[in-house]
Amino acid sequence: MPRRNDLHKILLIGSGPIVIGQAAEFDYSGTQAARVLMQEGYEVVLVNSNPATIMTDPEVATTTYVEPLDPRTVTRIIERERPDALVATLGGQTALNLAKRLHEDGVLERFGVELIGAKIDAIERGEDRDLFRATMQAAGLRVPRSAIAHTLAEARAAVAEIGLPVIIRPAFTLGGAGGGVLRDMAQFDAVIGRGLEASPISQILIDESVLGWGEFELEVMRDSTDNVVIVCAIENIDPMGVHTGDSVCVAPQQTLPDHLYQRLRDQAITVIRAIGVETGGSNVQFAVNPATEEIMVIEMNPRVSRSSALASKATGFPIAKIAARLAVGYTLQEITNDITRATPASFEPAIDYCVVKWPRFAFEKFPGAEQELTTHMKSVGEAMAIGRTFRQAFAKALRSRELDAAVSFPSDDEQLLELVAAPGAERFDHLLEALRRGHSVAALEALTQINPWFLRELEALVRDPDAVFAGQRTFKSVDTCAAEFAAQTPYFYSAWERPRPAGPDGRPLAAGEVTRGSRPSVVILGSGPNRIGQGIEFDYCCVHAAQTVRESGRDAVMINCNPETVSTDYDTSDRLYFEPLTLPDVLGVCEIERPEGVILQFGGQTPLKLAAGLRDAGIPILGTTTDAIDLAEDRARFGRLLDELGYRAPPYAAVATPEEALERAPEVGFPLLVRPSYVLGGRAMEIVYSVDGLRDYLRRVGVIGAAGADGGPRIYLDRFLEDSVEVDVDALCDGERVWIAGIMQHVEEAGIHSGDSACVLPPHSLGDEMLEQIREQAAGIARALGVVGLLNVQFAIHAGSGLHVIEANPRASRTVPFVSKAIGLPVAKLACRLMLGTKLDELDLPDEVATGHVCVKEAVLPFDRFAGTDALLGPEMRSTGEVMGIARDFPTAFAKAQAAAGARLPRSGTVFVSVADRDKSAATAIATQIHDMGFELLATSGTAKALARMGIPARRVNKLSEGSPHVVEAIGRGEVDLVINTPVGTGARSDGYEIRAAAVAHRIPCITTMSGAIAAIRAIAAATHGEPEVISLQELYAQPRAGL
Amino acid sequence: MSGEAYVLLEDGARFDGTACGADTHAVGEVVFTTSMSGYQEAMSDPSYAGQLIAFTYPQMGNYGVSARAMESDRAHARAAIMRAAVDYDDAPNAQGGWLTWLKAQGVAAITDLDTRALVRHIRDAGAMRGGVFPATVAEAEARALLEREPPMAGRDLAREVTPPTPRQVAASGSESPVHVAMIDTGVKRSIVEQLTQRGVELTLYPCTVSAETLLAAGPDAIFLANGPGDPAALGYVVDTVRGLVGRKPVYGICLGHQLLCRALGLQTYKLPFGHHGANHPVKDLASGRTEITSQNHGFAVLGPDGQGRIDGDQPVRWETDFGAAQLSHVNLYDRTVEGLALLDVQGATIQYHPEAGPGPHDSLYLFDRFVDEIRSSR
Repeated sequence: MPRRNDLHKILLIGSGPIVIGQAAEFDYSGTQAARVLMQEGYEVVLVNSNPATIMTDPEVATTTYVEPLDPRTVTRIIERERPDALVATLGGQTALNLAKRLHEDGVLERFGVELIGAKIDAIERGEDRDLFRATMQAAGLRVPRSAIAHTLAEARAAVAEIGLPVIIRPAFTLGGAGGGVLRDMAQFDAVIGRGLEASPISQILIDESVLGWGEFELEVMRDSTDNVVIVCAIENIDPMGVHTGDSVCVAPQQTLPDHLYQRLRDQAITVIRAIGVETGGSNVQFAVNPATEEIMVIEMNPRVSRSSALASKATGFPIAKIAARLAVGYTLQEITNDITRATPASFEPAIDYCVVKWPRFAFEKFPGAEQELTTHMKSVGEAMAIGRTFRQAFAKALRSRELDAAVSFPSDDEQLLELVAAPGAERFDHLLEALRRGHSVAALEALTQINPWFLRELEALVRDPDAVFAGQRTFKSVDTCAAEFAAQTPYFYSAWERPRPAGPDGRPLAAGEVTRGSRPSVVILGSGPNRIGQGIEFDYCCVHAAQTVRESGRDAVMINCNPETVSTDYDTSDRLYFEPLTLPDVLGVCEIERPEGVILQFGGQTPLKLAAGLRDAGIPILGTTTDAIDLAEDRARFGRLLDELGYRAPPYAAVATPEEALERAPEVGFPLLVRPSYVLGGRAMEIVYSVDGLRDYLRRVGVIGAAGADGGPRIYLDRFLEDSVEVDVDALCDGERVWIAGIMQHVEEAGIHSGDSACVLPPHSLGDEMLEQIREQAAGIARALGVVGLLNVQFAIHAGSGLHVIEANPRASRTVPFVSKAIGLPVAKLACRLMLGTKLDELDLPDEVATGHVCVKEAVLPFDRFAGTDALLGPEMRSTGEVMGIARDFPTAFAKAQAAAGARLPRSGTVFVSVADRDKSAATAIATQIHDMGFELLATSGTAKALARMGIPARRVNKLSEGSPHVVEAIGRGEVDLVINTPVGTGARSDGYEIRAAAVAHRIPCITTMSGAIAAIRAIAAATHGEPEVISLQELYAQPRAGL
Repeated sequence: MSGEAYVLLEDGARFDGTACGADTHAVGEVVFTTSMSGYQEAMSDPSYAGQLIAFTYPQMGNYGVSARAMESDRAHARAAIMRAAVDYDDAPNAQGGWLTWLKAQGVAAITDLDTRALVRHIRDAGAMRGGVFPATVAEAEARALLEREPPMAGRDLAREVTPPTPRQVAASGSESPVHVAMIDTGVKRSIVEQLTQRGVELTLYPCTVSAETLLAAGPDAIFLANGPGDPAALGYVVDTVRGLVGRKPVYGICLGHQLLCRALGLQTYKLPFGHHGANHPVKDLASGRTEITSQNHGFAVLGPDGQGRIDGDQPVRWETDFGAAQLSHVNLYDRTVEGLALLDVQGATIQYHPEAGPGPHDSLYLFDRFVDEIRSSR
């Protein structure tokens, strides 16, 4: 069946901010879908609140809304745009849930919007546990014994019947949030309670445990004529019990004999038909008992998922792209395989290599959090590696993770084996160490229930790590067909092979498959696995760099190892090398590419770490020189530079040892911002107020400091400027001239990591004189460093002592996508042009851009994933993603950003206020406003008294320590709609900690800074004027622009 | 044995690896299979007689070997050419290690070899004779051994795998049995099972059986099995089949399909490197559905216009010595003929392997179709 001509305008919903369980893979799938639909001649209306996405680039869709992904906003967009159809299967759980709400609210029917891809009944059959189970049983498939519970009492009865252990899965959550394993009744209230809480419909599934069974996922595609293909079978090396997002996985499956695999395949096909996904991709998860060969269906996602992104990258079969075509009527046979360009998409990829995926964790950012891996996903990113053999792929994946510090092992074997037995972030490191120490495969199998094939392969890897990479490095292509047909799409991985296969005439036969044309190539280094501090923003910049390099008539060559991203879509560059970002791997690519240059500025800290090595190997580095990078990174050198320029900076010291730090601290002056050298995202950064505090810090993070630079300074001490306003500047420089792309004022005061702080562009409360000074100093630094490309400068404006330079980074910053979206100019692309030799004069840029709108960026934090950690902002970055709010005024933009971040501010109800003494006077001002807007105020004794003195009525509630009925209970009962709580104590069990934890658990907006509270109150006030209007980026950019 | 070894092709291309099978060399036609599982099924498939199998999937032996994976009573392929083979025997339900089994079967095997480079070479140059040799065999000697090996085209390998005497297999279904006589040119156990499960009582005959003998046995239908070699070299079987078409319903799979087509007067030809794998899409022109199929053949049937490719999804027709035949299935990869329905006499053919073993089960319906037709024609 060909293209549907009855549809003209299609609404595509993205997945919003990057959160655990929903990351860049949905930018990859959404971007592919939008492009396909545009190519097919449809008008595409796209909604996504995440500015750091390629899909929200204005040229990707006809109309692009960077607006909150909530039913109210999307309804307004539907009302305004009147699309014929909605595709909800490419934007993760967020889009699926939204579509479901829009259907339930009658919006889709009212405006005649057809849901294409998966219909509402298929979505419900796939997502509602009860319906799913019934559907599977009707189709003759086995599912674990199971019960649904809505209350603790129902759950108790169900557990009694099923027997322990049981697995808990809440309905309608992403990444398995709120799920867990209940092994003993002592944990009953905690585990069941958390599950019920996490489900928006208070429904949990209690499953018979299949812990220890093999876990397999099949990626299935179906078209409107009921043709079904399996794109990939992924095997989790971790047996059942660990969320697939947290598991080390391999593709294709390795351990099932053909007859058993074919049964899985048959069942996957039965599942997609029974659920009734009309067209598109689905993911079906199975548990297989390898001894008895019993198979159980665990779940299915009636949409494109994280696993389908992995499957696409692992096989070269672009699931999202094909799903989009299927949704508008095409059949699999009518779609051509991109890679062979000669065969149809109605086939199953044949793989002749192995793919291993590793999750990337960030537990170090969340002290106190439960670290055991369960069915509740906790990883923040992933790295994928392709090798000719499993051992090659596994070893490459190991080095793709880019761990900050080497894993340390207990010397005691018993302790080591305990770590092997309990699934944790470093389980496989511990497993390898156990093998190194001679523990047997049989013993480790008994301990882990990992299939012995994997253990034996790992044993071989441990026994002779060099053998894995013996022979010669060749580059082979990912071609979907195991070389049966000639591949047209240049997607490569390195493989180590026996040297010199000989050709017919005795001449060596080419083992490698890279063919280069005559165009010079430019290598772009990606940012590796997503982690906190280095996420999708950098991938966004890398994609823009590739686009710019291609436009310049050169071949763009991408190196990256993150399967979630747009940069690892083979359509993005001329040649994609799916490789770890280590020096030897990158040099391996350079050896055959002989690039004109390498671009390091866009991939965050990852490529910068390779700068010196690449330079020493004689590889030309485009843009800012490695020396300039070092000049900016080396605090001593940079400090001297600022002195020369006459710019003020907080006093600092760069020291080599903890002893030296203690000695120099008093001369720098407290409070101090302390951090180890070369860090991103404020890793291990803290503010200390005294020598004792510093000593405590050094004791705790000393290990990390020791992993720092070779012989150089290991610890930085900076005077922390209390009560100052932070400002971020992104600028372009061609070595001579400087262009300021954007000045952003942070909403939270200094001391909150810039990545976690909301910011506003243009600045909402800085005078012209200050702005001029900021511009002047940013430009001065850019010229002094000799920046060619991007520069980010962070300033602090101290109430008393004025403007200070905090740091400068001569590379793409996290804010580049936000600035680009705000000003309507592609800043990373412009930077890339400068790096390729264009001068600023030639770019014809306006002096500075203002759209007449205010843009607010807000961070999204994963506290709900890490029970046990304090939900507080600080100098260490902990956000996973960001959203953008665009409006005519700051309060409205801020409100939109809050709503997009999932913390929709209340319009009425009760506000709980509890602030530190230093904030009491500011709090009374806010409280007055809150009261005037008709909210009820709830406060603990101290704050209540302070308010009473000002004549503001507040209901007093007990602190936790004062006993029941206390504030935490009130939050638990849903009596509080907004929490304003600035920290007094941060330790576990402190009142503030419990209040914040309760707010996070009950999804109540929780504001922990006074400046944040002020902005929120202004936003609430603005919202009383009615629902904010929605505006598309295309409309925004069409408005007349004025100089700032 | 685990010394150095190499693969030498008749065009002189050489690929080095490590010996991992029986202590012998092997020569024959080198083909590759893209199937990612089912290595033991492939090695024991009689259709691979005379061939050396290069496995494109690199990890071989992962789940060991077991009796249930045998497609016949022994290995028929002459060698296994692999990238990373293991001999672990502790996989759940494994009855032994893969390399131990290869050795016990007397099959040569080589691992650590750049199979992708080999496969790309065969893809471009075509399937050809080649051998697996221990490094102790000098290249000149290996070359001489290769030259002594007859090429695949024109080769009757069915005689090497056919049973010496007829053999009966009882029906296992509950329905009243139908009697089918099979010309066993090297049938796979999976085909026998699919038929007997559907109530077929099967008599397997040596491929030299005459039409008279078969007719005298009074079967409800004739089934032509899969098997190795060039259908053009099996003139005696084709003659037998010509004596059966029109008198009994005749069905054929793989080599059986080619033999039936030749009996109808159609031509077969050698594909450049054959189809061996488990992922080829084939369209059933009657239902319009695409099946993912198990494939293992080096020869194919020419279309009505004398070309290998069938353009379009129309059920084109051949005028044959036995009336009209119609294309029932077409390969969506290279548009080759995958099945015919006979319109004027009862019978049908399928080029690929609906019985799977190894491979997907999408095409099992064909056995229902065939057996239902036989049942209703009684």
